[in-house]
Amino acid sequence: MPHAVEIDTATPPPALKVERLAFAYPDGHQALYGVDLQVAAGERVAVLGPNGAGKTTLVLHLNGVLSGQGVVEVAGLPVVKPNLREIRRRVGIVFQDPDDQLFMPTVREDVAFGPANFGVRGSDLDARVARALADVGMAEHADRSPMHLSGGQRRRIALATVLACDPEILVLDEPSANLEPRARRELAEVLLTLGRTMLMVTHDLPYALQLCPRSVLIDDGVIVADGPTRELLADEELLAAHRLELPFGFRLG
Amino acid sequence: MSAGHSHPLHRPGDTPVHRLPAQVKIVAAIATALCVVSTPRDQYWAFGLYLVLLSAIWVVARIPPGWLAKRALIEAPFVVLTFVLPFIAGGPEVHVLGVAVSEHGLLTGWNILVKGTLGVLTSLTLAATTSPGELIVGLQRLRVPTMVVTIATLMLRYLEVIAAEARRMRLARISRGHDPRFLWQAGATARGVGTLFIRSYERGERVHLAMVSRGWVGAMPDHSTPARGIAWLSGLALPGLAAVVLGVALWP
Repeated sequence: MPHAVEIDTATPPPALKVERLAFAYPDGHQALYGVDLQVAAGERVAVLGPNGAGKTTLVLHLNGVLSGQGVVEVAGLPVVKPNLREIRRRVGIVFQDPDDQLFMPTVREDVAFGPANFGVRGSDLDARVARALADVGMAEHADRSPMHLSGGQRRRIALATVLACDPEILVLDEPSANLEPRARRELAEVLLTLGRTMLMVTHDLPYALQLCPRSVLIDDGVIVADGPTRELLADEELLAAHRLELPFGFRLG
Repeated sequence: MSAGHSHPLHRPGDTPVHRLPAQVKIVAAIATALCVVSTPRDQYWAFGLYLVLLSAIWVVARIPPGWLAKRALIEAPFVVLTFVLPFIAGGPEVHVLGVAVSEHGLLTGWNILVKGTLGVLTSLTLAATTSPGELIVGLQRLRVPTMVVTIATLMLRYLEVIAAEARRMRLARISRGHDPRFLWQAGATARGVGTLFIRSYERGERVHLAMVSRGWVGAMPDHSTPARGIAWLSGLALPGLAAVVLGVALWP
């Protein structure tokens, strides 16, 4: 890239830059074959793809839990070992099962866990927790046990635990899985009001359409399509070739 | 997994005992238990006083005796042993209710029973008034090596994870007509244990991943302020009084 230096000084770096990322699991299974992806600050991008396409493997590279060949940068900071602490603050991953994420006795402690690990203390910490809970509409549940909340509420708390770290990019793994329709809609409303850069891994194509203007389709460890979500979902042949389909009765009008 | 958020041994509350810093309570519980085990077994009155001291704590912490009694049942196997000892131990015999029993066995049994019970009650009191998370932070503040604290944290989490997983698998087995009460169906339960191990391992792995992603590097975040002198003074009142009782009991 001959003009890289010029561009870097003129515009802020992309929220996420992935270049030629390849990864094989220790058992030899090659999960990623050179993935290229750029996400600009403020963008909401859906990552679509069938089971086993490499979506979760990609997500785990974003905060350095897995490391393959290639380049991953978060807001200009490369994902390498000395940067891991800052990288994990910048990349907020909301995992698929909120029960994996919530383990403290009260909602408040769980939301405080992340920022406390990143060195936030005292009244700053309280303010962070209060703000994150208010952002997801759960402020009044701060002192309850996550166990006593509904699935949709737990999912929103899981989101708050990550928001409290004030990430540069929010990564959501199957956010709508196991949610009743109403909780699914409420979560979408919360996500749309956050105004954050977002990468959403999902099978739920209508959800991708509702939340993300842009989608990338990943299959067999490479990105096979990248474009406006509506165009991608309208391409029936493309979807069929990668074992994706719109739900019964759903039409793009 | 979600069942892990409330602990069967913890009784949340907001009493002076609950509010004491965890490290103070840990030290107090250990010191009290040490006083109890150092008391000569034939100073019967001293054990009565220890019980009175503990009861005072229960009143302040508002722990109902029934709640404690149910959890103290963990001691039951040892109680059985203490009832066997008087009959199998040798030495001079005494008559209790017309039955000849070994005096040595009787005293040994009493020794195990009373010290065990008081020890169990002391730890139950600590567990009831201190959440597992606070206990971990308390150990950290007592400068227990990080590795030990980490292992305790993980164990705490995995135990709950495994229990929840086992409950789900049992439900699924019962729904398919399995009746674990019959001995010949024990095989399915045994095979289930292997699966349980794999599943818990995977679940634990995911929980760990989620913690690492939020910046966890091995220590639990510590929100409490250091314990002040007054907290130590009030917290150590129980072992202090127990030490007085011990001193009197040991007085020649």
